[in-house]
Amino acid sequence: MIYQGKQKIWSDYQKDIPDDHWFYVRSCIRQSFFPGSEKFFMKIVRDDLGKDIYETEHHTTCGGIAYHCDTIPQETAMTIVARQFALMTEAGYENLVASCITSFGNYCETIETWREFPELEARVREHLWKACRREFKVPKYVAHASDLVYKFRNEIAARAKFRLVDHETGEPLRIVEHIGCHYSKMFPHKGVGGAEYPCVLSGMAEAWGGEVIDYPERRHCCGFGFRQYLVRANRGYSLSNTHKKFESMEPYHPDCIITNCPGCPFFLDRWQYVISEMEGKTYGQDGHGIPVLTYEELAALVLGYDPWDMGLQIHQVGLEPLLDKMGVPYDPSKKYLGLNEKEIMKPGLPTVLKCC
Amino acid sequence: MGKLYDELCKDYRFKEGMKTCINCGTCTAICPAAEFYRYDPRKILDTVQRKDDEDILALLKSETIWYCGECMSCLTRCPRKNGAGLVIMALRNLSIKLGYFTESEKGRQIYPLTKALTGNVLNLGYCVHPSTYRYEDHPESGPVFEWVLEHKEDVYKRLGANYAGEGPGILRAIPQKDLDELKAIFDETGGTERIESVEKFSEKKAEEMGMSLDEYKAYTFTHCSRGHFNNEQETL
Ligand code: SF4
Ligand code: SF4
Repeated sequence: MIYQGKQKIWSDYQKDIPDDHWFYVRSCIRQSFFPGSEKFFMKIVRDDLGKDIYETEHHTTCGGIAYHCDTIPQETAMTIVARQFALMTEAGYENLVASCITSFGNYCETIETWREFPELEARVREHLWKACRREFKVPKYVAHASDLVYKFRNEIAARAKFRLVDHETGEPLRIVEHIGCHYSKMFPHKGVGGAEYPCVLSGMAEAWGGEVIDYPERRHCCGFGFRQYLVRANRGYSLSNTHKKFESMEPYHPDCIITNCPGCPFFLDRWQYVISEMEGKTYGQDGHGIPVLTYEELAALVLGYDPWDMGLQIHQVGLEPLLDKMGVPYDPSKKYLGLNEKEIMKPGLPTVLKCC
Repeated sequence: MGKLYDELCKDYRFKEGMKTCINCGTCTAICPAAEFYRYDPRKILDTVQRKDDEDILALLKSETIWYCGECMSCLTRCPRKNGAGLVIMALRNLSIKLGYFTESEKGRQIYPLTKALTGNVLNLGYCVHPSTYRYEDHPESGPVFEWVLEHKEDVYKRLGANYAGEGPGILRAIPQKDLDELKAIFDETGGTERIESVEKFSEKKAEEMGMSLDEYKAYTFTHCSRGHFNNEQETL
């Protein structure tokens, strides 16, 4: 194919993502706030697409959040990373796939810093040997889990039961995508499309029938800011940055927001609730918020899995307006059931934001 | 060239992030922290590149080095390939190492952060985990998450997690042997020493402020004086 213009530039930014055999490392944030997303990532990649993706119980946090909150020295963070590499090496894998953007950035930073300063790599190897008696090979390839979903977006599209299209009007849904700062702002060449044309999420959205909205603050940070969210006294920073994004996307009437990093969907979801409580303002239709999804949730919806199996009920902004537009069936009476359909209490309702 | 500047030069984040700053202000223009906080990464890089130890010492004791969110948006845009966020990491590292972090309100937050994060890493093998995420500390997580936390076992297991279980999977219990390895890594690489020195400096500051360490932890986690933000009249 001959690419021209913007397409030509985009082709220069493509990553040659390996097709198979991955060592998977989980995300603390995704497991805590979007556990169904990791379940469906594995299900889609392993069961639906038939790929070899391996996980060991012995891996741990990458330490990325502790590192970016400045609570651990750089060599501590790098040695934790080196231990993950050792587990990968021992399991016989060369490609590492991370479920978290902070981790992805942390792995990339470690490898790139070692490339420039080999003496530091040597020191970390020594630390790891002394502390754990382990050795490692640097991964041949480090991907973020969304890179794999992006790579297989057309296979997913071919199996789609639902599309990002209004099933009544046939119009494409308007999608806002948020790729997360540490995906390609630190090492642009590591992300699909680089920092200029990041297309990891827009590629999925378009392959599945949606229309991606370009809005002024598209690349602005979600406002996590590590210590700026985690310390209660600083949360105004986090809220203010997300608020800025909502105000900027509001005129484009997005049908949903899709996100790359496991932290961003939490902030984009929960700060809508907080803004509604503080100012009475909502950004979706008729008092609803703008539904926010992880890319795994979006892929699982497109493939026809049950919304409550993937955990859409543990978002604060109700996803129902999006499900209705896509024509995805759901049973409202099952939304808040526990394990084995056990009846447990239902969550309380926000004052302003309509949740279903 | 001073001693503090020499110390900064040893930090790999500093080696990566500090080349020659031409004072163009692009980092400040793109910075999400500068928009809301009284924060100007351009000024910080310019101060540091003057290599004056007195000015660097003032930075190490300042509020301003704690305003950055480490998003690294500045890194992509700097025409000279500086990384203001990386220089900030090096400054914070030195401030913590030398104990100057207790001189600022935002710096003192290192104590509750260290307790929470290194506690989670060493005790659980996670940076963040539902068992230590308290709704009282996170009312913004909404009624839905209050519900999740009240019904952890049910909700996480219903969503496919191996909550606190053996073997691989979502939110599994990480085996003690692996936690022991993390502890050994902390001991070997200066992580444990860092925790102890943060504790020592914070204890001293708490005493100075007339608080028990627990009171100090709660206070530094929640208290925000006026004067940090651009739209406030007060100065700190
Ligand atoms: S963008 Fe780079 S050169 Fe410009 S002021 Fe910031 S650090 Fe200096
Ligand atoms: S890393 Fe810090 S200085 Fe750089 S843009 Fe982000 S908040 Fe601003």
